Amino acid sequence: MAAQLELVQGAPLDLEARPARGDHDVIARMVSDGAKVLDVGCGDGGLIQLLTRECKARARGLERDKAAVRGCVVRGLSVVQGDAESDLAEFPSGGFDFVVFSHTLTHLAQPRDALRQAGRIGERVIVSVRNAAYMRTRYRLALSGRTPATQTWADGELERRCSIRDFAELAREMRFNIETAIPLTNGRPGAPFAKTIWRANLFAEEAVFLLTP
Amino acid sequence: MIHAAAKVQAAGGVRTLAFDASAPLQLANGEMLAPLTIAFETYGALNAERSNAVLVCHALTTDQFVASPNPVTGRPAWWPRIVGPGRPIDTNRFFVICANVLGGSMGTTGPASLARDGQAYSLRFPPITIADMVRAQSMLVEALGIQSLFLVIGAGMGGMQALHWASAYPKRVFACATIATAARQSAQNIALSELGRQAVMADPDWRGGGYLAHGVRPAKGLTVARMATQVASHSEASVRARLNDAHKRERFSFDAGYSTGSNTSFVERFDANSYLYLSRAMDGFDLAGDFGGRLANAFQGGSTRHCVFAFSSDWRFPPAESRAVARALIAAGADAGFVEIESDNGHDAYLGEEPQFEAALTGFVDSCATARELSLHGGA
Repeated sequence: MAAQLELVQGAPLDLEARPARGDHDVIARMVSDGAKVLDVGCGDGGLIQLLTRECKARARGLERDKAAVRGCVVRGLSVVQGDAESDLAEFPSGGFDFVVFSHTLTHLAQPRDALRQAGRIGERVIVSVRNAAYMRTRYRLALSGRTPATQTWADGELERRCSIRDFAELAREMRFNIETAIPLTNGRPGAPFAKTIWRANLFAEEAVFLLTP
Repeated sequence: MIHAAAKVQAAGGVRTLAFDASAPLQLANGEMLAPLTIAFETYGALNAERSNAVLVCHALTTDQFVASPNPVTGRPAWWPRIVGPGRPIDTNRFFVICANVLGGSMGTTGPASLARDGQAYSLRFPPITIADMVRAQSMLVEALGIQSLFLVIGAGMGGMQALHWASAYPKRVFACATIATAARQSAQNIALSELGRQAVMADPDWRGGGYLAHGVRPAKGLTVARMATQVASHSEASVRARLNDAHKRERFSFDAGYSTGSNTSFVERFDANSYLYLSRAMDGFDLAGDFGGRLANAFQGGSTRHCVFAFSSDWRFPPAESRAVARALIAAGADAGFVEIESDNGHDAYLGEEPQFEAALTGFVDSCATARELSLHGGA
């Protein structure tokens, strides 16, 4: 994989509190003004509000959790309660400029299907993934023999573990073009030495991919 | 600005708009219905831009008195939690119209109205559809000088009308809120309304539909018809509680939750033939049927903002029916929300105290009002 990573800024060295959802700011920079956006698994609608405010986007959401959907509708957001696995198939082809999975693709039972649908629905697809091969994760596993997942034995659904290279490979396998990939550390864009996907795979905590089908 | 062929009248607290024979209602079956009278109520004031009008479509057994007591029956407003000052549909901000439905019996032309020969239509009244009801409402709205409605809202049969409004007149409906409804009457609901109709027709006082001429009313039959839908509008938990109570008291029958008194007044105010016509119109509703069986086609190209509400314990119009509407809206590329409200109150939850529902509806209405640039305090 020869795709070059964009180094947005130097590695974050300050010790300020990390933003709750660093990938949201990166996504907001990728979305063009006035774009039509579908946020798959929009949760409390935070990204929809950010995109509406910052990008004047016409953003809509799909969310499985009923209580979260109620919260979104109370705040006047166009969110449909439903399941990405079955409902993405309903969306018309080319109906959106961007389809976004903000840390949600890894929660799906059939991520390939969802990504394929997203490529059909959107002109572009934005995916943020947590890097399971982040160096600290590796150290912890190597030194203590424990996986980072506090949720290993947690009840309910499990998030898939995927590294930045894993996702890049999936995107390539599904014939998506990686337009940009932004590494993040500590909730901020940038990671030390992260000029290539190989290095980001070690030094970045998460990454946001901008894909074109 | 009232239509030239129509004039507003008021009698006994019921306000009507009477169209003369030069403005007939074109029915879906090809017939013309004239003269047409539409009884309606309004609340709040129309703003200068005429952009703050809300049309409330009422359900099968309610009427135009959505936010004020019914002067004929003395019954209180049927939706005071939703429509009124400071409520989700704020009458300080919006101009709210609610019309008695075509075929109804609270002042709008229906089977109990007098035909040209001076006798009540009774069963001579032409069969009507949800589309006909909407066309009649559209004549009223036009006559009131309103080009585009800010919001059309309804539950049950009213929700069917709202869906038809958005489908038939997308440019005249800025926002559409459908509550506990379906784009097609379910077989289960058809069965329940058929039971109700059979109960009415089995009442000896129905007199083959001509009871008005004999000065009687099929009150017992209509009471049973009413109960069929009432019982079905309760949730599983609520029916079970009432049944247990009836068992304890060793009674055969259980309280359907409405005092006998209110059912008496229902039977007195509601024309039995009206019940037959309206329930049949609901049974025939199939929005997708007019669009090659694909519901999404009914909403294609519209720019109406939709929000679909369903209640978890509603088994007359279960959330799955609302989900089907939401999926069709999605497929049509419409701006849509779909929210399921957790409630134990069955279909009638929309009439009662449901803070989650009220908050969600307020959020939807307010965001649409912002998008339409309506000021917080509308009115002229």
